[in-house]
Amino acid sequence: MLRAQGVHKRYRQEEVLKGIDLDVANGEVLCLIGPSGSGKSTFLRCINHLERIDAGRLYVDGALVGYRERGDCLYEMQPREVCRQRADIGMVFQRFNLFPHLTALQNVMEAPLHVRREPKAEAQERARALLERVGLAEKAGAYPSHLSGGQQQRVAIARALAMRPKLMLFDEPTSALDPELVGEVLAVMRGLTEDGMTMIVVTHEMAFARDAADSVAFMDGGVIVESGPPGEMLSRPRHERTRAFLSRVIGVPA
Amino acid sequence: MAAPTSSCSGALLTRVVARRRPWLWLGSAVVATALALLAVSIFRNPNIRHEVILQYQFAPAIMAGLRTTVVLALLAAVIGTVLGVLLAVMRLSESPVLRLASGFYTWLLRGTPLLVQILIWGNLALLFEFIGPFRTNDLLTPFVASVIALGLNEGAYMAEVVRAGIIAVDRGQYDAALALGMSRPQALRRIILPQALRVIIPPAGNQFISLLKATSLVSVIAGGDLLTAAENISSANLHTIELMLVATFWYLVLTTITSVGQHYMERRLGKSGAGMHVTS
Repeated sequence: MLRAQGVHKRYRQEEVLKGIDLDVANGEVLCLIGPSGSGKSTFLRCINHLERIDAGRLYVDGALVGYRERGDCLYEMQPREVCRQRADIGMVFQRFNLFPHLTALQNVMEAPLHVRREPKAEAQERARALLERVGLAEKAGAYPSHLSGGQQQRVAIARALAMRPKLMLFDEPTSALDPELVGEVLAVMRGLTEDGMTMIVVTHEMAFARDAADSVAFMDGGVIVESGPPGEMLSRPRHERTRAFLSRVIGVPA
Repeated sequence: MAAPTSSCSGALLTRVVARRRPWLWLGSAVVATALALLAVSIFRNPNIRHEVILQYQFAPAIMAGLRTTVVLALLAAVIGTVLGVLLAVMRLSESPVLRLASGFYTWLLRGTPLLVQILIWGNLALLFEFIGPFRTNDLLTPFVASVIALGLNEGAYMAEVVRAGIIAVDRGQYDAALALGMSRPQALRRIILPQALRVIIPPAGNQFISLLKATSLVSVIAGGDLLTAAENISSANLHTIELMLVATFWYLVLTTITSVGQHYMERRLGKSGAGMHVTS
């Protein structure tokens, strides 16, 4: 579903991604862990071309993201094509980023109506079903400012799902939540993994990584230091840097 | 079960005496007296002919001028708003040329007196006798010149107002809109501008009130507005103050209506956004 080859990203002088190689199979759940500033979120934003990459290639579902290859050159796509690619990739943000001037239901319907141009009745029916799926059927008419953080994040997940994405990206979805609200969001995400959704999750929730992920990748300093099945990665890390990070986060003896 | 709301029952209350504030009372008395004296000096003034005010308050010439003032202000506001959005988007674009052009426009039109701009548009025929195949004076009637001068000037101010509104919207809103597959113009129209409106409305209301009063400046090119009408009458009958009071009354009516409208618009916009900021 996703293939990254030597992805580089620079902000002015600073190289944030120094060659990321990664494969995520169809239906696989990958958790990206690592210290803050290691480039996890930047990499995620490159996958749907919210950030331009400076070198390398990113394929989603076999198609090059954001560029067209002709000869030995990569040409950036027209905005219209980039939009079409993004529409197939769902993204959930740390700060939810719900549209505050729209109700929960309108938030979920917005993109199907105005990007996919679905008929209103159909979009609305589906939006209600999605809100029910994330346990918020009775909050359809509520504005984001009247919802708790956990509820906002669940609406944001429903909003992303409304576009029937092939791939879902989660950028620290529970980091901005009060501790007692984390569980409800993770429960919704677990539900998605059971439905076979392909997911890339940047997270600090090691318990979620351990029992919901198919694989875990550890990033530090703009590279993927190591990756593997969660059991192995989290309890028997091979690299010193991984051990140091894990001992800080969950207290595994280094 | 209801918990007891207060431990303070009626039986415990003794008389409450407010702090004395002699200076507050004195200050209020001074201001009230001054206002009363001012009112008396106007209403009892032998130099003001009240029947002249009454005679002209609803005179056809004044009403025609009032209508022109309202139309001028509305047209200029529409031009100014459209231009303001365009200039604001240019100002925030990736192209340095567009950014500079927008900045230059604002610099030039905010940096010169509106009166000068009105005079230039009103006398453009001195500079260009023809615009294309048309005679400039046929095309730029005083009214048209007034609309253009006011609209272009308004645009420069609205550009700053709109820009501030757009900047006030969280960047995450762009990300979310783009991630859903919206194009940039679509994200701007459907997500960013509706939210920017909350920040834009209060200063835009002030701007419109300024504009209503600024229309009086077009009397220098005989723009046919309320002040022009009042001046035409007063230059014939020499009751200058009376006719200025007639005009003053109508300007206050217009600005009051605008203020009330602004108040209701802000309340309506506030409904969905009681705390538009993201809460966790």
